[in-house]
Amino acid sequence: MSNWFEIVLIIALILLSFSIVLVFIRILLGPSLPDRVISFDLIGTTTIGMIAIYSIITGVESYMDAAIILSLVMFLGAIAFAYYMNKNHKS
Amino acid sequence: MIEIISAVVIIVGVLFVVIGAVGLLRLPDFYIRISAITKAATVGVACIMIGVAFYFNEISMAFKAFAVILFLLITSPIAAHIIGKAAYNSGVPLWKKTEINEYEEYKKSKPNPEESENASPGKSESDNVI
Repeated sequence: MSNWFEIVLIIALILLSFSIVLVFIRILLGPSLPDRVISFDLIGTTTIGMIAIYSIITGVESYMDAAIILSLVMFLGAIAFAYYMNKNHKS
Repeated sequence: MIEIISAVVIIVGVLFVVIGAVGLLRLPDFYIRISAITKAATVGVACIMIGVAFYFNEISMAFKAFAVILFLLITSPIAAHIIGKAAYNSGVPLWKKTEINEYEEYKKSKPNPEESENASPGKSESDNVI
């Protein structure tokens, strides 16, 4: 791996961390529960990208398996929150 | 050469994700926000995965990267649809400049299923889980 490519990857990681900070501000502000749910979803999606870039930096290919699993678990979390909101509304 | 392609695609994807995060912070309404992050973040992560597949240059990593893209492309719109529907039904307000509300007209044109559920709330709960 050449030197400039590593610098590009670290800049990409810094930008993704910055976007997670922005999303976290929305979690703190968020006026309703669904706002916080989709913010949590976006944090998970950003984490998948961070894991992929980190697997390039370290050269460990197995980290991509964690990205696959995370992309499935985030969907389950969103569905569970939607089910909870539906149930809360009915009662 | 492969590193140049990979770096360009990864930076484009990261910019998409950052734009999605700024949109989530700045846009005025829940429904506009969910539209912003569903499109922008999915395309951004897909671009990052394409960059990873280019860099490793192996068939196994390409399959893993495309598996992630496939799962995201399938699950992200479904999750956004379900959360948006649940949010509308639980009364999250629309933006004050919103003019078209076709879901409300659709609910009016249909015979209302909510009342029959309220009559027997215990039984019909498992029928419409989502």
